[in-house]
Amino acid sequence: MANHQLNPNNWIDLYSDYLFNYTISRVNDRAMAQDLVSETFLAGLKSMNNFKGEASERTWLVSILKRKIIDYYRKINSNKGKAEVRMTYNNDSESEGDWLEERVADPFDKTAEDKLENTELGNAIYDCLSKLPEKQAEVFKMKTILGYETETICNELNITPSNLWVLIHRARTALADCMEENWF
Amino acid sequence: MKKSFLFISCEEAKHICDKSQYGEATGWERIKLALRLSWCRVTKAYSNKNNKLTDTIEHAKVDCLNTDERDKIKHQFEEELAKHQ
Repeated sequence: MANHQLNPNNWIDLYSDYLFNYTISRVNDRAMAQDLVSETFLAGLKSMNNFKGEASERTWLVSILKRKIIDYYRKINSNKGKAEVRMTYNNDSESEGDWLEERVADPFDKTAEDKLENTELGNAIYDCLSKLPEKQAEVFKMKTILGYETETICNELNITPSNLWVLIHRARTALADCMEENWF
Repeated sequence: MKKSFLFISCEEAKHICDKSQYGEATGWERIKLALRLSWCRVTKAYSNKNNKLTDTIEHAKVDCLNTDERDKIKHQFEEELAKHQ
C-alpha cells in the first residue's frame, strides 16, 4: 500500500529536531549532527523520485540519515591508523598504582541498554511533541530542552510571559497525558 | 490574615507548579503551593504528573536545534528546494 506522500516544504519544521536528537545521541558532536541532518534533507530532496510511499516521510528520512551516520563512522574509521593515543601516568610515588583503578571500567557508566532506553524514550517524547500545536511545541522546546530564559523566549516569539506560561501549561498537560498513554 | 493571602486557587497552584519545574517559583509561591498540596487532591495529582514529566525529560537527555542552527539548515535547504521547484 503506497499512501504516503512527500512534502519537502514542511520537512525542516516537522522533522529537524527529531532527526537532530536522533543524530546527536549517536555521534555526540553538535556541529557534526547539524551537518548530517542538513545533508539528510538535501539527499532526501535529490532522491524524492525513489520514494515509494510505503513508509512515512519521517521513517524514510531516518533511513537516509542512518546511512549518513554509517558513512560518517566509516570515514572516521578509515583514519583510525593515523590516530595518536596519549596517556598520562602519574609519577607521584604516593599515588603509585592509582592509575590502574582510574582506568578500570566504571560500573556506574552508561550501559548500552541504558543508552538504548534513553534513545527510545527520546523518540517517544518527540512523537508526543509532534502531536502538539506548533507554537506550544516550540515554546516547550525552547524552555524545557534548550533552557532559554522566559524573557528571551518572549522577545524571540513576541509573546507576553502570561502567554508563555499558558502555552507551557497546555504543552505539559498534553505531553504528560501522551507519555502516560505511550510510555509510563 | 486574609484567606486569599495564603490560600490559592487550583489554577494558580498549577501555574506555580509549572513555574517551579523551571526553578522560577519564588519561595513564597512554593509555600502557598505546599499548603495547597497538603489538602487538594487535584493539585497533588497535577504536581505528581508534572514532576514525572520533568524527570522523564531530564532522564531522556533529549536535545533539539536552537533557532540559529535551525535557520541555518532551513536556509541551505530552501536554496536547494528552490532549484527543484
